[in-house]
Amino acid sequence: MKILVPTPDLTLLGPEILVLVLACGLLFVDLFIPRDRKGVVGVLALIGVVAIGLITAAYWPGLSNPVTTFSGTFVMDRFALMFKEVFLFCAAITILLSLRYLEIEGISLGEYYVLMLFCTLGMMIMVSGADLIVIYLGIETMALSVYVLAGFMRFDKKCNEAALKYFLMGVFVSGILLYGIALIYAATGSTQLSQVAQVIKERGLLNNPLLMLSIFLLAAGFGLEIAMVPFHFWAPDVYEGAPTPITAFISVAPKAAAFAALIRVFYYGIQLLMPHWQLLLWIICAVTMTIGNVTALLQKNFKRMLAYSSIAHAGYILLGVVAANQIGIQGIIFYFFAYAFMNMGAFGLAIYLRRADIVGDQVDDFTGLAQTHPVAAVAMVIFLLSLAGIPPTAGFVGKFLLFAAAIKAGFYWLVVIAALNSVIALFYYFRVAKVMYMQNPEPLPQPVPGRGLALALAVVCVLTLLFGIYPQPLMALAKGTAHTFMMAFIS
Amino acid sequence: MSWAQLFFYVFAILAVIMALMVITRRKAVHSAIFLILAFICFAATYVIMNAELLAAIQVLVYAGGVVGLIIFVIMLVGAEEGEVKQTHGQWLIAGFVALLLVVEVAFILLGTLFRPTGALASKMVPAGGNTEALGVVLYTKYLFPFEVASVLLLAAMIGAIVLAKYKLKR
Repeated sequence: MKILVPTPDLTLLGPEILVLVLACGLLFVDLFIPRDRKGVVGVLALIGVVAIGLITAAYWPGLSNPVTTFSGTFVMDRFALMFKEVFLFCAAITILLSLRYLEIEGISLGEYYVLMLFCTLGMMIMVSGADLIVIYLGIETMALSVYVLAGFMRFDKKCNEAALKYFLMGVFVSGILLYGIALIYAATGSTQLSQVAQVIKERGLLNNPLLMLSIFLLAAGFGLEIAMVPFHFWAPDVYEGAPTPITAFISVAPKAAAFAALIRVFYYGIQLLMPHWQLLLWIICAVTMTIGNVTALLQKNFKRMLAYSSIAHAGYILLGVVAANQIGIQGIIFYFFAYAFMNMGAFGLAIYLRRADIVGDQVDDFTGLAQTHPVAAVAMVIFLLSLAGIPPTAGFVGKFLLFAAAIKAGFYWLVVIAALNSVIALFYYFRVAKVMYMQNPEPLPQPVPGRGLALALAVVCVLTLLFGIYPQPLMALAKGTAHTFMMAFIS
Repeated sequence: MSWAQLFFYVFAILAVIMALMVITRRKAVHSAIFLILAFICFAATYVIMNAELLAAIQVLVYAGGVVGLIIFVIMLVGAEEGEVKQTHGQWLIAGFVALLLVVEVAFILLGTLFRPTGALASKMVPAGGNTEALGVVLYTKYLFPFEVASVLLLAAMIGAIVLAKYKLKR
């Protein structure tokens, strides 16, 4: 029997290979670095991630059409590229946020950064997966690394609880996802998205019960990382218990990765079943926004409040998915950049308040911040404005695009619900601003931020404002991405 | 009914009985042993369906590795002595929900899957057994997932070592 082994185009996998090499290299370097100087590993990881981010950006001009390799299981297109940039950006900012925090908590280990790189690698594979099996393996690589990172403070009960809850939910839901994939395979005889779409078209499987069931199962499987209702219960506990830099990371990067994978599967694999999944996601979108925002009102813990706010943001982003048009994809990509800036900034401020014996994650810990740390307070207000979607911030532009997409697709009621939710959101975001500006500080030891944290906060703060006032460059990139992505969707 | 079919039904029914024993035994170790038997019955049905590699993996990985781990955990938490008993009275509701699920899945499967469109595993492989066929697709069509799986296992191993090795305190 003659076997033809395909020769894959490894240049397309450049970013993934570099991240893997960096992770393994750091694992080796880590051996020679003494326990009290593990920050060096973090700095090396940061330099590597920034370099890989720049190299990845260089792929943009050559990707006016999607390119596949490895017998069509791996696809590199602009959509995947933009999301990879989001992940690398999040990883870089998280490393900056972590450097000092890990020392305060006494968990400064080289493996922390290595696992973060493995997590990034898993997400990069997820967004480039053109085959359900690749997407699943990407999710698992990401999730396993995140479970460990979420439980890194083993001496802390809340942290253990967070990691265990996340793990149990994750394992359960990945079983559901696999079942969904198996049903798609049973109905169409393939796991490759393009072939699935083709078989559905040729055989007219538009009302096939197996595929109907698989829509639910796939939505549930991706819904965990997205934290959409009813798979949101883990989010507040995990966000509260996990080390804060990791909370910042998992509130943005895995969410983005799961959204990207969901969009690719729904738009490219089962696009002919659009009426069905559009209806399902419409309902989930409305419920997710409402539950996220209303529950956020009741929170006293800042990290829990941001957890519910991130559930609400998942709802807004679902607007773009439901709309299924070019502005929707453009809005989602823009929003994820904006969301990375503002949400990581808000969590960064919580890390800013972390002192020797004060956790700094209660809303009351922000009391009087405007008097003691005026610059930090201004930065916080900028992040809050952006999260609430008020100009001149990047969050406003992103929200505007998402709402415009839903209106263009004719989902007026959904936009009404989203607008009402935005008003509710104002209330809890501005409660933080109120305690910062309207109340006097208590005489407590003052936090002294590390250089890495200050740099990270400065970067995200400037970017939040910059893309709020002058969003054209990022909007143009997002538009180019959405254009090439939707060409394949319509045909 | 051919011999193959007869043996298929014998092992399938045995597998269901063993699975029932797993969830009804009071002692955790007994459950684990019945789980091994259930897995071996599955493996036997796979052999009848000409999927001999899957049967071998079923015995090696599940009956050998996974149940071995389960017994380890039972030993570590010291559950081999005590009896496990369900104390809340929700078995009736749970049973009803499970029955609904079984009926639903059976309905879907009977409606769509069991029309005679598929082919037996052996007919799909003109040359060699299905072990060869699996090897070929694994190293050609599914080369990339195969590589990603190795990365996944490396990440899992590092994670497990991090969680188990270091003594940390604040």
